[in-house]
Amino acid sequence: MNVFQVIGHNTLASLAKLGRASLFLIAILKGLGYVVMHPRLLIKQLYSIGVLSFWLIVISGLFVGLVLGLQGVYTLSRFGAEASLGVMVAAALVRELGPVVSALLFAGRAGSALTAEIGLMKSTEQLSGMEMMAIDPLKYIFAPRFFAGFISLPLLAILFSSFGILGGYIAGVELLHVDAGSYWSQMQSAIHFYSDIMNGVIKSIIFAWMILWIALFEGYDAPPTSEGVSRATTRTVVNSAFTILFFDFLLTALMFGAS
Amino acid sequence: MNTKSIEIYVGLFVSSAIAALFFLALQVSNLNAFNQNGSYTLSAHFENASGLKNKAVVSIAGVPVGRVSSIQFDSENYDAFIKMRIDARYKSLPSDTSASIFTAGLLGEKYIGLNAGGLDEFLQDGDTIELTQSAIVLEELISKFLFNAKDD
Repeated sequence: MNVFQVIGHNTLASLAKLGRASLFLIAILKGLGYVVMHPRLLIKQLYSIGVLSFWLIVISGLFVGLVLGLQGVYTLSRFGAEASLGVMVAAALVRELGPVVSALLFAGRAGSALTAEIGLMKSTEQLSGMEMMAIDPLKYIFAPRFFAGFISLPLLAILFSSFGILGGYIAGVELLHVDAGSYWSQMQSAIHFYSDIMNGVIKSIIFAWMILWIALFEGYDAPPTSEGVSRATTRTVVNSAFTILFFDFLLTALMFGAS
Repeated sequence: MNTKSIEIYVGLFVSSAIAALFFLALQVSNLNAFNQNGSYTLSAHFENASGLKNKAVVSIAGVPVGRVSSIQFDSENYDAFIKMRIDARYKSLPSDTSASIFTAGLLGEKYIGLNAGGLDEFLQDGDTIELTQSAIVLEELISKFLFNAKDD
């Protein structure tokens, strides 16, 4: 009987959490009007969520591209197909690695910080203090962070892909002497703007949604103790990573699987 | 950090991302290669269009002038009916222009090569190219070669 009780307890607890998270998300989305009326709040969060992640994303993208270039030349040269390096690098980055890796880095860099910040706000009773002053923390604190992340991640994913393609160029063309003309021209003939690049952007918008929802809710739902905040931060990173990879599989199957 | 420099950094961040999107659109995917000047449609019947894909290049004298826009099976003539969009800059193609399906390199993509004719009349939007030559199927060539060699 104990086993069933444990299963039942956990099921009910996770359903209740999902319900609370959904109500929380709806309340945040209702704050869109408030954010539009107060763009200064949004810009401040764009700085701490987007701009401060800039160098991490750009440098990671560059190195991922460099590695793709080196490994791509190694494999393709067995078939004498080094000329297709550009297609390989660009398709891998624009479709998969750009959205996914930048989302994973973003969850580690910005998602964990958001959870810790909000968990600490809750444990030091700043959120209750705001409610006492008749300021809705869902609008003033959560909504600007949510929409700032929502704007930042697609931009960061685009930057990641671009710098990755430049990295592939440096490794393939400058170091290993693949022809520069075929690097770009084969890429241009094989990569389509809407079906490849825009699908990557749509992916990263969905990932941003998931990461921000998880990060903000874990902070909001964390027990107001130091242990509770640390666990919530860990959960944010772990759950975001699972969610990103799972949704990436689903989205890839939907977008590219049928063709 | 004061508000002004935060706003400047955010502005730099957003504009660099937009620049990156333009880089992806123009340098990586060649979005508007055939959209600047408008285009017109030509069609052609091929006996065999194997290996030809949508968006394959249409070229004259090796210069890309358009792309294949649809490939369909024509159930009346039992052949392949292909439509292609040609950049409006190349409006003056003689009406006896011929079209052939070629392969770029040994294993490369199939493309359509147009061969300009000599008449004074020009092809208009929606016209059909009458003179066509099908794709060469490697297996057919090899089998022809093998069986002809046996007869000798």
